[in-house]
Amino acid sequence: MQESDLSFFSVVLLWSAMAVYALAFIAFAMDLARRSADAGRVRAGEPELVTASAAGTASAAGTASAVGGVARPPRAARRGNTGPEVTASLSPSLRVGVVLTVLGFLLHLGATVLRGVDAERVPWANMYEFAMTGTLMIVLVFLVVLTRSDLRFLGTFVIGLVLVLLGASAVNFYVEVVPLPPALQSAWLIIHVFVATLGTAFFALGFALSALQLVQDRRERSDKPVGEQWLKFLATLPGSERLENLAYRVNIIGFILWTFTLIAGAIWAEKAWGRYWGWDTKEVWTFIIWVLYAGYIHARATKGWRGTRSAWLAIVGFIAVIFNFTIVNMFFDGLHSYSGL
Amino acid sequence: MSQPVLGPVGWIRWAWRQLTSMRTALLLLLLLAIVAIPGSLFPQRSSDPNGVTQYFRDNPDTAPFLDNLQLFDVYSSAWFSSIYILLFVSLIGCIIPRTRHHWQALRQRPPRTPVRLERLADFRERTGVAVDAGEAVQSARKLLTTSGYRTEIYTQTARGGQESVSVSAERGYLRETGNLVFHSAMVGVLLAVGVGGGLGYNGQKVVVEGQTLVNTLLDFNSFNPGRFFNTDTLAPYAVSLDSFEAVYETNNLDAYGQPIDYTANVTTTLPDGESAERTVKVNEPLDIAGTNIYLLGNGYAPTITVRDADDRVVFTDSVPFLPQDTNLTSLGVIKVPDGLDTQLGMTGFFYPTAMRLESGAYASSYPDLVYPVLTLNVFQGDLGINEGAPKSVYTLDADGMEQIAGGDSDTAAIELMPGQRSELPNGLGSITFENAAEPDAEVVDVTGDSAQPETGDDAAEDAGADTSGAPATEAPATDAPATGTPAPGEDATADATQAPANPHGGDGTAASGASSTAEGYSGAVKRFASFDVHHDPGQLWVLVFAVLVVAGLITSLLVPRRRVWVKVSSDGEGTVRIQYAGLARGEDPALGAAVAELDRKHARELGLPSDDGAVG
Repeated sequence: MQESDLSFFSVVLLWSAMAVYALAFIAFAMDLARRSADAGRVRAGEPELVTASAAGTASAAGTASAVGGVARPPRAARRGNTGPEVTASLSPSLRVGVVLTVLGFLLHLGATVLRGVDAERVPWANMYEFAMTGTLMIVLVFLVVLTRSDLRFLGTFVIGLVLVLLGASAVNFYVEVVPLPPALQSAWLIIHVFVATLGTAFFALGFALSALQLVQDRRERSDKPVGEQWLKFLATLPGSERLENLAYRVNIIGFILWTFTLIAGAIWAEKAWGRYWGWDTKEVWTFIIWVLYAGYIHARATKGWRGTRSAWLAIVGFIAVIFNFTIVNMFFDGLHSYSGL
Repeated sequence: MSQPVLGPVGWIRWAWRQLTSMRTALLLLLLLAIVAIPGSLFPQRSSDPNGVTQYFRDNPDTAPFLDNLQLFDVYSSAWFSSIYILLFVSLIGCIIPRTRHHWQALRQRPPRTPVRLERLADFRERTGVAVDAGEAVQSARKLLTTSGYRTEIYTQTARGGQESVSVSAERGYLRETGNLVFHSAMVGVLLAVGVGGGLGYNGQKVVVEGQTLVNTLLDFNSFNPGRFFNTDTLAPYAVSLDSFEAVYETNNLDAYGQPIDYTANVTTTLPDGESAERTVKVNEPLDIAGTNIYLLGNGYAPTITVRDADDRVVFTDSVPFLPQDTNLTSLGVIKVPDGLDTQLGMTGFFYPTAMRLESGAYASSYPDLVYPVLTLNVFQGDLGINEGAPKSVYTLDADGMEQIAGGDSDTAAIELMPGQRSELPNGLGSITFENAAEPDAEVVDVTGDSAQPETGDDAAEDAGADTSGAPATEAPATDAPATGTPAPGEDATADATQAPANPHGGDGTAASGASSTAEGYSGAVKRFASFDVHHDPGQLWVLVFAVLVVAGLITSLLVPRRRVWVKVSSDGEGTVRIQYAGLARGEDPALGAAVAELDRKHARELGLPSDDGAVG
C-alpha cells in the first residue's frame, strides 16, 4: 500500500469517526430530552418513583421522599443528597449512544494508528496528531470510566467536546506527514506527550463533571418545583455533591499524570535544550495548569472553598489546558514550536 | 470586658498562624499561577534575550516602564520571588506540625470501637451465627492484619450489661506519609534548584569545523557562573569539532529540506591527555568530566581571506554567519582591523542555495550547499574597537564608517561563490571566499562581475520571472512548509541590528545553471556548531526530589485511609451477632466495597453462606 494511501484512509476513517460521534451525540441528547420529559411529568402529577441511587453507587442516598407531584423535599435535604431527585426511566437511546461511541472510537483508533504507521512514528508529533490522539484518549477514558460507574449522562457533554475539538483540528490543524526534526527524535516524545494527552483526557472529563456540578448546585438551591425548572433533566442526574466527588476522583488522576508530564518534560528538556527548566512559554503554562489543579485539590480541604469554588478552579484549570494547547502553540514564541502550522 | 491586647509575640504568633493556614496557602498558590502569566506574554531575559532587545526597539516608550516592573525578569522578580518564598514558608510551617502529629499517630493503637456501629454509613450485620465468639474475632483480626490493617482487640460492656468483643483496625497511614513526602520533596526541589544553580555554570561557544573548545573561562563566547561558582571547578578539557554533518529531507516533498539529523563529530582530550572520538547530537549530549556538552545550533562559517594591495594576507578566518531562517539564509559580520590603509567592516548574507526573488533580492531555498552565494556590503573607517570596549562580533557599528560597496554607495555589493575572489573598492586590496573542500584549486577573479561567470542575462531574466524557480537542479520546493524550526534555539548572542538594508547588489545574476554543482559544493563552506557546556551539581538532586514528589503524590491521593471494625456479641440463644463497619478518613470511594469484601471473606473463613450479610 502506498504511503499516501495510508494518509488518505486515516483521514477517511477520522471523518467517519466524526460522523458516528455526531450520531452518538444525537442519541445522548435524545436521552437528556427524555430525562427532561420524565422530570417534567412530576409536575403533571403522574406517579413518580422514589429516589434510589440510580448511578449505581453504594453510598447512602435514600433520604429523599417521594416527589409524586406534590412538594419537593426541603432544601436542606435536597442539598448534600448524592442520588438523583427524580429517577429517570430506562432509555434505549442511552444504550444506542454508548454503542455508537464505541464504534466511533474504533474508527478513530484506526485513523490514529494508520497515521502513525504512515509517519513511521508515534502519531502525536504536531498539533493535528496531538488533537487526534488527545480526543481518542478522552473517549477511551470515558468508556473505561463507564465500566466502573454509570456516567452515561455525560455522553452529550463528552462527545460534544470531542466533536468540537476534533472537527476544529481536522479543519485548521491538518498537516501532511513530515519527518521528525532532530529535537523531537527521542524516546521522551513517546512518554512525555502521551502522558500529557492522557492527563488532558482526565481533565476533560473532570471539567464536564465540575461544570455539571455547578448547574446542578444552582438547581438544588432553587425552590421552584422540578417541572418548572430550566434544564429539567438535571433532576434525574446525581446530586451536586456526588458530581463533585466524581470530578475530584477524575481530576486527581489527571493531576498525577500532569505532574509526571511536567517532570518527564524537564528530563527531556535537559537532554535536548541543555536545561531542565527555562521558563519557555509552554513550560510556563504547564506550570500554571499544575498550580491551578494543586489549588483545586487544596480547595477541597479548605473551609469555604469546597463545592462551587473548587469546581470553578477545575474549570479554569481545563480552560488553561485548552489555552496551552491552542493559543500558546499558535501565537506564543517558544521552544515548543512543533505545531507544524 | 476588655479585649486582650496582643503583644509583639502575640502578633507574630497570629501572623504565623495566618500564614500557615490552608486558606493562605491556597490563595498563595492561586496568586503564583496568576503572577506566572506575564512571563509568557513578555519576552524574558533568561530565555529570550533577543526578544527583549527587539521589544525595546519596537516599544521604546513602554519598555523601560515595563522593565522597572521587572516584567522582562518575571521569574527572578521581587514580586514573583516573594510569593513563592511565602508559599514555601507557609508550606514548611505546615509540614513540621503535621509530621510531629503523624509520628504520634503512627505509634498509637487503633481507637476503641464505637458503641453503636450501626450508625455508620458503611455497616453490615449478621445475626444468629453459630460460631464461637473468640474464634470469630481472631479470624477477623487475622484477615485484617493480612490486608495491611493495624489491629487492636477491645472488650466492651454495653449499658445493658451485654459484653462484646471487637477488632478495631486502621490502615492507610501511608496516605499521610505520602502527603508529607510530597510536600517535603517540593521544598527539596526548590533547595536543589537554588543550590545547584548557585554552584554550577554554563558557557556557550561557537566552534567552526577544525576548531577547538577549551573548557576555560577565556575560551567561551559567553559564560554564566552561578552565585557561588569557583573558577577552579572548571575541568580544563578540550573538544575539537572534526566535522559537522547535517542531513536534510529529500524524499518527502511536504518537508523538503527539513533537518533530519545533526551530528557533531568531536575529539575530546582530557587534562590527563587521554583523547577519544565522540559525537554530540541534539538529544544526546556529551558527558565529559562532570559536565554536559549540548549541541544547540549550527550554521555556516564562510572562510574569508582579505589581501592588501600588495597581495599580502591581512585577514583569514572562518566567520560564523548566524542562520536567519530554516533554509539557513545567514547573516554575518567580517571585521578587518589591521593591515589595510583603513579599518574595514563588512556585513553580508550567505545563501547555501541562492535563489533570486522577484524583488531582485536573494533568498536561500535549501539549507545544504547546492548553490552557495555570499553577498557583502563593505564599510571603511573606524570599527570602534580600538578603545578596547567589548563589541559583539556579530554586529557592526557602522556609525562613522563610510559605505564603499553595496547599499547607497556607487559600487555594487560584492558577490562571491566559494573559490572566487574580488577586488575591494578604492584599490584597498582583494577578498577571497575560500573553497574549504578544495583549498588548492585555482581562484577565479570575479571583480565587477556577477557571482556566477557562466550565467548570462537571459538566465537572469528567466530566474527573475519565475519566483518559485529554485536552482535548476532537483528543484527544491520553495514553498516547503516551515515545519520544525531548526530545533534548538539559535545562538543567543546573535544581534542582527546592522543588517545591510539591501543585501543583494550588483546587476543581476541568475541562480540557475548550477546543475553541475549540486555535489560540487559539498563541503565547500565550513560549518559551525554552537555548543553549550553545563555543569549543575544540583541536577541529580532535583531529579531525586522530583521522583519523590510523584511517589508522594500518588500515595497521598490514591491510598485510602480508613478504620474498620468487626464486633462480635452474643444474641442470647447460643449464637452471635457479627457487625462490620467502616469509616473513611479522607477521600475513600471504595470503603463500602471494602466492608462488603471483609464480610464476604470473613464468612468464608467461618464457613458461613456468603450472601447472608444483611445491609444495614
